[in-house]
Amino acid sequence: MVNNMIKNTLSEIELERLFQEKIDAEQKIEPKDWMPDAYRQNLIRQMSQHAHSEVIGMQPEGNWITRAPSLRRKAVLLSKVQDEAGHGLYLYSATETLGISRAQMIEALQTGTAKYASIFNYPTQTWGDMGAIGWLVDGAAICNQVSLQRTSYGPYARSMIRICKEESFHQRQGYQIMIELAHGTPAQKAMAQDSLNRFYWPSLMMFGPHDSESAHSARSMKWKIKRETNDDLRQKFIDQTVSQITFLGLEHPDKDLVWNEKREQYDSGELDWDEFYSVINGNGHCNRQRIQHHVKAHEDGAWVREATAAYNRKKELKQTVDAA
Amino acid sequence: MTQSTQNKVDSKQDLINYVVRLGDDAIVLGHRISEWVSEGPFLEEDIALGNVALDYIGRARMLYGYAATLSDDGKTEDDFAFLRDERQFENYLINELPRGDFAYTITRQLLVDLYNKYYLLALTKSADPTLVAIAQKARKETTYHCRRSTSWTLRLGDGTTESKQRMQLAIDDIWGYSHELFESDALEQRLIDTGVAVDCAALKQPWLTDVKAIFEEAGLNIPQQDWAVRGGRKGYHSEHLGHLLTQMQFVYRSFPGANW
Repeated sequence: MVNNMIKNTLSEIELERLFQEKIDAEQKIEPKDWMPDAYRQNLIRQMSQHAHSEVIGMQPEGNWITRAPSLRRKAVLLSKVQDEAGHGLYLYSATETLGISRAQMIEALQTGTAKYASIFNYPTQTWGDMGAIGWLVDGAAICNQVSLQRTSYGPYARSMIRICKEESFHQRQGYQIMIELAHGTPAQKAMAQDSLNRFYWPSLMMFGPHDSESAHSARSMKWKIKRETNDDLRQKFIDQTVSQITFLGLEHPDKDLVWNEKREQYDSGELDWDEFYSVINGNGHCNRQRIQHHVKAHEDGAWVREATAAYNRKKELKQTVDAA
Repeated sequence: MTQSTQNKVDSKQDLINYVVRLGDDAIVLGHRISEWVSEGPFLEEDIALGNVALDYIGRARMLYGYAATLSDDGKTEDDFAFLRDERQFENYLINELPRGDFAYTITRQLLVDLYNKYYLLALTKSADPTLVAIAQKARKETTYHCRRSTSWTLRLGDGTTESKQRMQLAIDDIWGYSHELFESDALEQRLIDTGVAVDCAALKQPWLTDVKAIFEEAGLNIPQQDWAVRGGRKGYHSEHLGHLLTQMQFVYRSFPGANW
């Protein structure tokens, strides 16, 4: 009501100015607040992509639950994957506050109009990949998510706070797998090195294209949807990972990596962006498989959802009749 | 060795075997339910099924861990899970059946959860204090499992024509595996006599009363033509278990002596 009155009395330009002032003052935007349509759409794109990534990300790790090499590892991996499902849920719910339904988001995922993190198009081939994913993929995700705890949209920022707590547990479990492998038998150490080699570069690409190439970056920074640029976050991740690789006694996959005294950061080798775009554009090992898997589970479950709805309708009807 | 020392050794081995077979039940079913991850009808169910799987895997760890302690020969919980072959597993057959569709999974869970409700209650009265402690923890989980499988059975039985058909089909396919749940072999009989093991024959009536009541409310039927497949406790399994174990044990066995 109040919103409508404000809307009627203030011009769009005026509303946008007030909106930006609020953001500049580090106040959160809440679901019922006025927001530019482009802000809303940008958030829906980013948050639903984030939710889809959590959900699709269950597949490469789910691939190893039944083969986990100890009962403890099986339990830990299963609870980790279950957490990812939980993250998907919070994020779908948070995105729903922007006026889109979960069913619409799922449809967008399944028809390819919404994306998920391209890292999940890479296959998980060994147990070492469970270590590498927890350590590197979740590690890269945390760098991004820690900064998103300060994002300008309230429900997104709050869901990130909760998700970050669980993600840091995930990263530790991944690194712990790597420690066991790297300090284990020669065959285990080779497994760890192989997983690091395959997942290191794709993890760096999770931060997205260079800032100069990033389609959504500038405006997202102005609206404080994003708080740090792709390249800054990537640099943080590169820097923090070096000593972790050293501790494991593994070889760093980046042969051009050198410490830059002046910048007090590492200079690293150039990423193979052709490969990155090639995988995004459908040439990854698992692109089709991931979506087909999601579609199949969804379709196989249709009768369950229909039965639930029918049962609820019958119960409601009975309650109405009983009350009358 | 005197007769009484020999008896002690035998009863300890009996206890180990009993604990291991209870562990087998838990790990095999836990493994089956874990196959649902990312396959559920909606996200909330992925989480719920994951919870139930975790409860069973946790139960297996407690039981195998106890068997390892009793064995006192350097074995670990993992040795029991990963280094025994199909013929050595003594889980009830119902646990190893493939996950099937959602109706199949729910039906199996209903029968097993209700069974565990009575089994674990009886196990809390065991003469073995460790089994009592495990049963007390597991009972709390089973209370939740029963609530879940009961409400799903009602929902699917009284949902749509298709859901009812699928549930009835699952019941018809699984029912014959329920009978051996209430039969004890010589090993269990010896442990029943010393107050350690559960006399499962006594659980049949209360279990059947519960099942009938839920089926009746859900509009489902116990199959008229009765049939029974038996053999789990003798290591006489369906062809499904071998494939489950192949998958579960492959990494562990590929790297003998490795830590994970």
